[in-house]
Amino acid sequence: MNTILTINNLTKKFGPITAVNDLSFTIEKGNVYGILGPNGSGKSTTLGIVLNVVNKTSGEFHWFDGTGTTHEALNKVGAIIEHPNFYPYMSAYQNLELVCKIKGVPTHKISEKLNIVGLEERQHSKFSTFSLGMKQRLAIASALLNDPEILILDEPTNGLDPQGIHQIREIIRTIATQGTTILLASHLLDEVEKVCSHVVILRKGKSLYVGSVENMNASHGFITVKANDMLQLKATLENSNSFTSVKEENDTLVAYLKEPMDAAAINKLCFDKGIALSHLVKRKESLEEQFLELTKNN
Amino acid sequence: MLRLLNIEFQKIKYNKSVKVISIIYFVLITFIALIASIEFNFASVNFRVADQGIFNFPFIWHFNTYLAAWLKLFFAIVIVSLVSNEYSYRTLKQNLIDGLSKTEFVLSKFLTVILFAAASTIFVFIVSMILGLIFSDYTEMAIIFRDLDYLLAYFIKLVGFFSFCLFLAVLVKRSAFALGFLFIWWVFEGIFYAILKWGLFKGTEIADTIIQFFPLEAMNNLIKEPFTRLGGVQSIASQVGEDITKSYDVTFLNIAIVSVWTFLFIYWSLVILKKRDL
Repeated sequence: MNTILTINNLTKKFGPITAVNDLSFTIEKGNVYGILGPNGSGKSTTLGIVLNVVNKTSGEFHWFDGTGTTHEALNKVGAIIEHPNFYPYMSAYQNLELVCKIKGVPTHKISEKLNIVGLEERQHSKFSTFSLGMKQRLAIASALLNDPEILILDEPTNGLDPQGIHQIREIIRTIATQGTTILLASHLLDEVEKVCSHVVILRKGKSLYVGSVENMNASHGFITVKANDMLQLKATLENSNSFTSVKEENDTLVAYLKEPMDAAAINKLCFDKGIALSHLVKRKESLEEQFLELTKNN
Repeated sequence: MLRLLNIEFQKIKYNKSVKVISIIYFVLITFIALIASIEFNFASVNFRVADQGIFNFPFIWHFNTYLAAWLKLFFAIVIVSLVSNEYSYRTLKQNLIDGLSKTEFVLSKFLTVILFAAASTIFVFIVSMILGLIFSDYTEMAIIFRDLDYLLAYFIKLVGFFSFCLFLAVLVKRSAFALGFLFIWWVFEGIFYAILKWGLFKGTEIADTIIQFFPLEAMNNLIKEPFTRLGGVQSIASQVGEDITKSYDVTFLNIAIVSVWTFLFIYWSLVILKKRDL
């Protein structure tokens, strides 16, 4: 697989505060990555460093195979950081014209990209008259102008209304299906879960996990069960050797699976012991639960 | 280089306030011509400023570049806002992410400075040429094109001054503060000179020797005031026993000092930008 970005032992200190602490991970071509982390976990700082706007304190990173400079590599990168930044007195079209000049791409790309984000009707309105959702979509169009190999989005849905969030997600999905690698920084777990195939989890500037969303937690899921005789049920589950732990939660039992096991087998196990289940649900932890589990342990 | 100018031109082209101030600036330069129309009666003698020799070649080059240079203060607003806007719109960060390097960014601003200074110099040249051809007593080719080094000095002076503005804007990020800082620096140079002249080195020329290396003073020295050079003023001075014998020439030393400052301002702007986390 082609590597797009390699980060080794990257550290950034702002005075006494360490924003990024000995961070290492790689981004492979073709995946949609989510950088997850609570506010202040170093997401934006990391992106700032690899995009040449924040100076690193120590460590190393390189784009692609590491032969060119970061400045050259940025020609193949499209990025928006935090808030969409454009010249308020220029129209959408004029702003994109400027970006074309900076990136050195022909201006005929503009209408094509405005089309993707659905802004072609407003292209001659001044940027200052745009709503936040439109500004954010314009920023995506701008980042796409050079047909980048990787698109970096930092909190693209921050501050948007549900409709705007939905629009942005649809756009990201469309772009992802065209084979563009995407790196999406967010603190919204459901967003990452819906869009990303891989995650990088940061906490206090350190990476806790890098890999696919499915393999994030080695657990085989958990079941919640209910029966008339809860005590007997609990004893049965504890003695069965199939579960790592059995907990009581409200009036149900929650048991974590030690090995793959389907719901029918669990039902049979209980029925054989003479317990009729009144409630049985088997599911995987949501990304949120996995995330909380991961960040708790460290 | 053309690419950088093209980028910068796109930013300026649609900026209304920059356009308005630039137009006013150039209109103000043409107002030098209005001096020609000043006319008054003094003891039943009709006195016309234009006839006092200020528009004579080659003196007009000195006179007009000196007057026009004052207007640079006005244009400083444009230079400062061009840079500080990039901070306040946060477009500097976006420009860098889009693929402009920090060196290219500073260079694009510096090229704009050079372009504006060049445009202003050419404009002053044209205005002076027209005024001279109308009012000058001498219109021989050799006289017209004498002392053109004042135009070179004018150009160097503007580039130096605008580079100073650019550096201040990069340093403090806000237009109002940058202009305030410029004013404070001007006051500082004045006070520093006063301390040297009438305090530490009283009665000597040491203070003048030191102060000429300061940026604003060096720019000021490039084109010395032309008024005491006028025939009328000189004859009055000799009547009251004051002999004005000073050089009004553009000296190589002054050009060198301002050029070095210009280089330092641009270099420091780049160093600041490189060190700063945006």
